[in-house]
Amino acid sequence: MRYAETGYNLEVDLSRGNIERVETDPRDTELYLGGLGTNAKIIWDRVPPEVEPFSPDNLLIFAAGLLCGTPATGCNRTIVTTISPQTRLMAFSMMGGFWAPELKYAGYDKVIFRGKSPDLVYLYIHNDKVELRDATHLRGKGSIATAALIQKELKEPKAQVAAIGMAGENRVFFASIEQGRSSASRGGIGAVMGDKNLKAVVVRGTKDVSIAKPMEYMELCNEVLEYIKFRNEHPIPGVMPILAGLGSPQEMKVHDEKWHTENFSWGNSRTRRKDFWNEDVAREWTETLDSMRTRLISCYNCPMTCGATISPPGMPTYMMKCFSKLTYTMAAMSDLEFGLGIAQSATEYGVDGFSAPQVMAFALELLEDGILTDEDFPGMPEDNEGRFYWLLDHIVRREGIGDILANGTYWAAKEIGKGAEEYAHNNIKKHEQLPLKLSMLNPIYFLMYATGEKINITQIEGQFPQAPFPKREHREAFVKDWFQVPDEKFKQYFLDWEPRGDNSIPYYPTPPMACDIVDWQERMHYIDDALGMCAGLSSFPLKPPYHLHNYPKFISAGAGIDMDTEKLTQAAKRYRTLVRANNTRRGMSRKDEKPPKDHWKKRFPELEKELLDTYYAFKGWNEDGIPTETTLREFGLDYVADDFLARGILKKDGDAPPKDDTPDQDKEA
Amino acid sequence: MPEEKKTKTVKTIKVDVDKCNGCRACEMICSAYHAAPKYSGNNPERSRVRVIREPLRDLYVPVYAGEYTPAECLGRDKYVIDGKEYEECAFCRASCPSRDLFKEPDSGLPLKCDMCEGEDEPLCVKWCIVDALTYEEREEEAEEDEKPEDIDVGIEALADKYGMDKIMDAVARMSQQKKD
Repeated sequence: MRYAETGYNLEVDLSRGNIERVETDPRDTELYLGGLGTNAKIIWDRVPPEVEPFSPDNLLIFAAGLLCGTPATGCNRTIVTTISPQTRLMAFSMMGGFWAPELKYAGYDKVIFRGKSPDLVYLYIHNDKVELRDATHLRGKGSIATAALIQKELKEPKAQVAAIGMAGENRVFFASIEQGRSSASRGGIGAVMGDKNLKAVVVRGTKDVSIAKPMEYMELCNEVLEYIKFRNEHPIPGVMPILAGLGSPQEMKVHDEKWHTENFSWGNSRTRRKDFWNEDVAREWTETLDSMRTRLISCYNCPMTCGATISPPGMPTYMMKCFSKLTYTMAAMSDLEFGLGIAQSATEYGVDGFSAPQVMAFALELLEDGILTDEDFPGMPEDNEGRFYWLLDHIVRREGIGDILANGTYWAAKEIGKGAEEYAHNNIKKHEQLPLKLSMLNPIYFLMYATGEKINITQIEGQFPQAPFPKREHREAFVKDWFQVPDEKFKQYFLDWEPRGDNSIPYYPTPPMACDIVDWQERMHYIDDALGMCAGLSSFPLKPPYHLHNYPKFISAGAGIDMDTEKLTQAAKRYRTLVRANNTRRGMSRKDEKPPKDHWKKRFPELEKELLDTYYAFKGWNEDGIPTETTLREFGLDYVADDFLARGILKKDGDAPPKDDTPDQDKEA
Repeated sequence: MPEEKKTKTVKTIKVDVDKCNGCRACEMICSAYHAAPKYSGNNPERSRVRVIREPLRDLYVPVYAGEYTPAECLGRDKYVIDGKEYEECAFCRASCPSRDLFKEPDSGLPLKCDMCEGEDEPLCVKWCIVDALTYEEREEEAEEDEKPEDIDVGIEALADKYGMDKIMDAVARMSQQKKD
């Protein structure tokens, strides 16, 4: 008997149309938990570095986290894993919503796609009945429209649909997979789905999910619910509103956008508008949001209402959450009405809300500076907003200049040449980042930006305040009920952190402290991604209801796996190392681990080197960022160690080979 | 002469559809509570409360399982409230052949809400911290027994329709069946 998980995966060979139900090994759950952890193992076993993102041999894995479908509040994440066409590394984007629990209720933990379908199809899972169905009539249809059409033709309004839009079909490198109010967006996983000729994955399940120790588990769930209520009533004082409470950043609720609009950069991540927010803007944007927002909504089994139904005038209704509220507005230097409107099209087309606006602003900047010319944009409207709609349309159809832009700023700049690379200035590992340009280097953020393998700052930060509080008494008040810390020393790190003077950034927190802090924050995200927990109730907000102290109990009582903090830490480190191993094998190394040059004005090359050296050593990686043989064997990843030795990635003593032996990451797609 | 008043406890779950966030925690916890052994599993399909939801039309109606009915009704109603049209069975609580709600998925046996008898409040209410579901309990005067005249009125109506003989036959037949 398997608890929390079902113990079965679906293996779908799209080339041959073959579908199998395969029992999984419970020992893998103990070692890698589930979700991201077991996905990383499957990618290691079955997708060697020679496999191109758009090869039939690339896998596309839809995984429900280990605890999805159990009563744990907010545990509803689908972790989609594949090799990204944009970064050419392992992508593991996630989506909330309702899909993952439904997959569990249908009796499966993962759906693993391989091959390529000869024609456009969708997969329909209804408990034990699983079939590939023709989707040629859905070609070109929007992601939301597709979901509605499929529910109708199957006469299954309760089926959960994850679908791609035109961007995915046309293999746009930042295409998303959309699922109603949620999407798995980062890393262009929608393009891989499109390459496989897979329009949608549809699931309906009516079976039970079982719990190992029911009464214990419910007690843990009740404690979490009570703490959520407590935190809702006690926001953290002294931090900006979106960081004070729980949930994803509450962008659908908040009207006050002073912080985002004045601290984040506009256009192609260029312009800080420090006096942007005023009463007129506040009134106008409040009216816009109030008039378009019909309801605040949640994912499965979660009270946090981080999403909203949005009905822009004259356009169909769609659902939105989080910061895509502002990305289009700010890229186009426009207003909220424009941003919420174009996001409707973008959601139907299925593109990532961080990359897409930035790619469009990048193109217009190139035009402005004469690197691209009017001839590259035939028929583009004169007005700013019309241009963005025109660009979006051409990108998702891969028409004209859109075909180049559809590969994201990094690859587009390479293809355009003529100095365009300088304009693709906001990437890490070839992936567009949040439009943030700051002044003083922050050692914690330096390490997170450099080494994060989800390549998105929100997917590694969270547990430690982003900045010191002004006065010691504020900090003392903050640490008083900070029981989530893995160790008391974290409280001291924070207490001693001053806004200026000796104990301030960039030299404080010191490199060893920064390592501890980054490691804690990252570990929380990795655990969430294996269990299927929403970051908004765990790794992302300060003082969350899920933490390193109750997670082992959840796993023990829920999945029936003996677990304590030590064992959980080992498991998380194991598959975190395995994610790195997958990427190491694809050529990622120290040379790729750097924040954008202009992310901070004040940089400290020596300190940055020390930070990275210290962190690599702390993680058990060599100076090139590659896990050492000792580290790999310690985590039981002997198969990785042997592979690295055989490939010459590691020499027997754990040193890196000469630089020219590493596979070339930059080769064209 | 002072009448001795009979009272009864009326338990109400107040459903505020405007507050529903569509998360279906109510379905989850209902099915977990009614699992055997308690909380050993969950499956919204077994839940005695279901959220009828159509997010793009902004329809969210938590509905509780009521009585079982062997036959579906022929005449149905559509409600339009605040410009939103609700499906024909949106507010109906019946476990009925016309819908797939409120039936055990394995056996097809009907389900019915029991207000989580024995708990302080129904668990769907406890888990709905957005307060779309709230619980109210009140004491009400029990209605007096029906007056004999009311029965006369009913039988007269039947007699008008079927004739007195047939009513007598039916009564005799039913009382015979009761004895058996």
